[in-house]
Amino acid sequence: MTKAGLLALLSHWRRNPMQLFTLVVGLSLATALWSGVQAVNAEARASYDAAAETLGEGQFAQITSADGAIAQSDYVALRRAGWLVSPVAEGRLQGIRLVGLDALTAPNGLGPVDFTDGALTVETLLGGVLFGTQATLDRLVDVDITKIVSGDVAPNVILTDVGTAQRLLRMDGELTRFIVAPNQPVTQIPLDQVVPNLTLRPPQGGSDVARLTDSFHLNLTAFGLLSFAVGIFIVHGAIGLAFEQRRPVIRTLRALGFPLRRLVGLIAAELLVLSLVAGAIGVGLGYVVAAALLPDVAATLSGLYGASVSGNLQLRPEWWLSGLAIAVGGTALAAAASLWRLAKMPLLASARPRAWAMQAGQGRKAQGVLAVGLLVAAALLGVFGSGLAAGFGMLAALLIGAALALPLLLDRVLAFGASRARSVMAEWFWADTRQQLPGLSLALMALLLAMAANVGVSTMVSSFRLTFTGFLDQRLASELYIYADDAAQASQLQDYLKPRVEKVLPIQSISQDIRGLPSEIYGPTPHATYRDNWVFLQDAPNAWTRIENGEGAAINEQLARRAGLAIGDQITLAGERFDVLGIYGDYGNPIGQVIVTEAVFEALFPDIRALRFGVRMDPENVTALTIELREMFDLSEANMVNQAGIKAFSLDVFDRTFTVTGALNVLTLAVAGFAILMSLLTLATMRLPQLAPVWSQGLTRARLGRIEILRAVMLALLTTILALPLGLGLAWTLLAVVNVEAFGWRLPMFLFPLDYARLAVFAVGAAILAALWPARKLARTRPSDLLKVFSNER
Amino acid sequence: MNVKALIFLLLPSVVSAQGFAGLGTATEDFATPQRPAAFSFPADHGPHPDYRIEWWYLTANLQADDGTDYGLQWTLFRTALAVGEGDGWTSPQLWMGHAAVTTPDAHYVTERLARGGIGQAGVTAAPFEAWIDDWQLAGPNFDDLRMTASGPDFSYDMELTAQGPLIFHGEDGYSVKSAEGQASYYYSQPFYAIEGILNLPNGEVAVTGQAWLDREWSSQPLSENQTGWDWFSLSLEEGKLMGFRLRQTDDTYYTAATWIAPNGETTAYPDGAFTAEPTNTTSVNGRDVPTGWSVQLGDRGVDVDVYAINPQAWMTTSIPYWEGPVVIEGSHQGRGYLEMTGYE
Repeated sequence: MTKAGLLALLSHWRRNPMQLFTLVVGLSLATALWSGVQAVNAEARASYDAAAETLGEGQFAQITSADGAIAQSDYVALRRAGWLVSPVAEGRLQGIRLVGLDALTAPNGLGPVDFTDGALTVETLLGGVLFGTQATLDRLVDVDITKIVSGDVAPNVILTDVGTAQRLLRMDGELTRFIVAPNQPVTQIPLDQVVPNLTLRPPQGGSDVARLTDSFHLNLTAFGLLSFAVGIFIVHGAIGLAFEQRRPVIRTLRALGFPLRRLVGLIAAELLVLSLVAGAIGVGLGYVVAAALLPDVAATLSGLYGASVSGNLQLRPEWWLSGLAIAVGGTALAAAASLWRLAKMPLLASARPRAWAMQAGQGRKAQGVLAVGLLVAAALLGVFGSGLAAGFGMLAALLIGAALALPLLLDRVLAFGASRARSVMAEWFWADTRQQLPGLSLALMALLLAMAANVGVSTMVSSFRLTFTGFLDQRLASELYIYADDAAQASQLQDYLKPRVEKVLPIQSISQDIRGLPSEIYGPTPHATYRDNWVFLQDAPNAWTRIENGEGAAINEQLARRAGLAIGDQITLAGERFDVLGIYGDYGNPIGQVIVTEAVFEALFPDIRALRFGVRMDPENVTALTIELREMFDLSEANMVNQAGIKAFSLDVFDRTFTVTGALNVLTLAVAGFAILMSLLTLATMRLPQLAPVWSQGLTRARLGRIEILRAVMLALLTTILALPLGLGLAWTLLAVVNVEAFGWRLPMFLFPLDYARLAVFAVGAAILAALWPARKLARTRPSDLLKVFSNER
Repeated sequence: MNVKALIFLLLPSVVSAQGFAGLGTATEDFATPQRPAAFSFPADHGPHPDYRIEWWYLTANLQADDGTDYGLQWTLFRTALAVGEGDGWTSPQLWMGHAAVTTPDAHYVTERLARGGIGQAGVTAAPFEAWIDDWQLAGPNFDDLRMTASGPDFSYDMELTAQGPLIFHGEDGYSVKSAEGQASYYYSQPFYAIEGILNLPNGEVAVTGQAWLDREWSSQPLSENQTGWDWFSLSLEEGKLMGFRLRQTDDTYYTAATWIAPNGETTAYPDGAFTAEPTNTTSVNGRDVPTGWSVQLGDRGVDVDVYAINPQAWMTTSIPYWEGPVVIEGSHQGRGYLEMTGYE
């Protein structure tokens, strides 16, 4: 009996292959977007984790010096004073980050390098062995040391023994920093009695890089989630339709004595299989999406934050499992209501074909109350909430509330349209559209969310781009930047440059804690470069003049927010107090920053000499000067940075970011378009009884088809208009709430009307494409089919 | 730190090796002990980098004013990855320090590791100084030493004064360890009087007692068929007894012993003269370890029962073993130390 029942149920799919197709495709697309984005995130995160594990960054306290160099004798002195610290020697070798650790004392050994795989030999310590990924090791040339491929080392990092690192980096007897073991002995000599020149920094609980790049991941995750929500609307629609159309079959089976419980079980099993198949396809598609996006994401992250992400995608179990889980979970969610209704259906209920479509119209009042409640909650969270959770709560309430409110708003708009209708034809159009709304509302909600996500994320990325390029102008005002190898070379360079360029601006800095927060203090030379390019977020009157007179300091936004500093507050630098006269934006910098004028800096820190210089000059002569300097001072390319080059690189990074967002935009819109298509197709087959009377009164099939398209365009346009404020609300939440909570700085929001117009065109285009096929189908409906409607009437 | 990693690091051959912690592995370039043993002091108190392994191994039986027994361990191991010394980080010498304090109901353990060549750990013969990090065993000469160590939950600071001569095990310090002839250089200073302060989680404790320092070096002290050892240092009223039993894969034993008269005169006993049989085992850290023994040396009329003061004296170090103070009862009375390795 079970077999017969199953065959009867399955025969529906055989007769309606298109429905099976939409169900599977809808679910696959939803899963694909979700798992694609997750894959990109998982891959990038795995890369940071490897980096963090490699370098012990974040999870352990560190001991550092102001200038980044520590004598090896300080290491032995600390150990002999009872401090369990481990030495790190690191630097750049042919552009690759070389990290030397001591496996015996490092709290987590050589990080990700697993000794048990036979990688560790006497050689590792004595002869030197380099661990890295294949790609990283391949880039290293002319280094005659055993290389061992280790997939777990972060990209663009080479791990080795501390002694080998010293040798390769030519830093004999010198170390970079110490990692402090979490368990220290009960007796120790205080740090300042052993190494007064060194500073103990507490663990950060998460690396700086990870904190920064989380900003990017946040966007991607939001995108993935929204895309999935959009997809679930499709699945909901497809499953609801399948149930509706199988009502007669189900009624017949039940009438023949098929137990309800077994029937529900069969349908649930059928859905489980379908969702697993669709989920698997989705994960496969997601892999394709991720593989296409990853190189751009990797480039974006490394450009923006210096975080290396491997460009190779690995099939990580966490994301393909999550993809399958979300496909099955989403199907269950979408099918729950239908199964419930099936279980409650009276044995001999009539197979009312419109019942399902109208179902969504019921409980409209409850929906309205819920929508208003959620929107109010979002507003309250925005005003009174604090913390990251509140930010996300606000996002969720805003989006769900808006989606729920959409059908109600559209209904009011349509009712208004109907009240203004002059002709019978127009009245019928408005009334028919209103009547169709419940069946289309899920698809339209999907479109709303897709549009809002697009508006929100593109606003955010574009705002970020504008802010960041402005910031680059501010920070990279000089035409050329030069890095000297030592103090002697620095002074020679200055003497050489002074008569040849407009102005040489030494850049000197020192690391210090300000109000307990790790910060850098800079002492720039007074020059119009700074006055012209540095824009304060907040400042006291005549801020620059007073700073140049040594009366105060400027601090970055991060320091201001974290230390709770405002204009007029005081900070202490090397024992002297300074007024805060200005606060400036410092995007992407994880630590605090302070600026005092050069004379003050030199008085406070007489031992610090500038090794870096900004050079103001005619941009046209930059290339010639770099060639000259290379010959005169044996400076390498890495020692001279052309500002134009940095800017070009930064813009390139943003263009890649746009590629990623653009691709995701198109994909989400495609999914939403697909949702509309499916809803229209579904409705089309059911609407014949409504259309047949109109047709019989003289409206041609072709005209009916055109009206269908018009209706789709109108609904899409209305939805788009409503999506715009929602998207801007989303962007504002991301920039002004979530970003501040997560990273300590606020991004100014800019508006991009042209982009929004283009998005609206895309949305309407998607709606037209989606309506085209149902309309054409309608236009080609055989008159006999239309006539049948009347013959069936009883 | 990854313990597995450490074992690989310290004793690269441990996987394939027979014997405890690779001590039964054949060595190629390293020097091997030769007879007759000839020592030169103070130089031989210092390290011998041409030999693969070496240790400065001090154990002490202590008592507080209230009569509570305490045990104390301070050990510095040297392991060479290759023969000889090197500059800075290229030194093939690795150092490992173990320190422990045992009370009747607690056992505090800690470990340090260091590379040779950079000054973080090492030994100089005169003036004598053995150190790793902030731990040290140092003084103007070998008879007058100060000893410190610290861990996450304890520390100690002790003064040692030798009250007798150095003594030499086996044939004048050439100590045979197997029927195949594996041997080490082995001498001891078993006559230290010790006093100082134990700093434990419950507070400081002033203690006095007797300490025993072992010096041993070789390149392959165990035979490939030996899996571990049970080592006893017993201080009795009539003299001191050092005896060990090396366990072999065929369930036989190789034993050796030294009887030390109060004036420092020694008698070495060959294989079989000394016997030790477990009378009681305790489950320690997931394995059964013998913590009660019947020990005999017929030639001296020694027939004693030896009990661990704290049966849970397990050294949770990179290479784990059992080491703790013992009480001696039977034909003779006293205190002593027991070390057991290779109980996996």
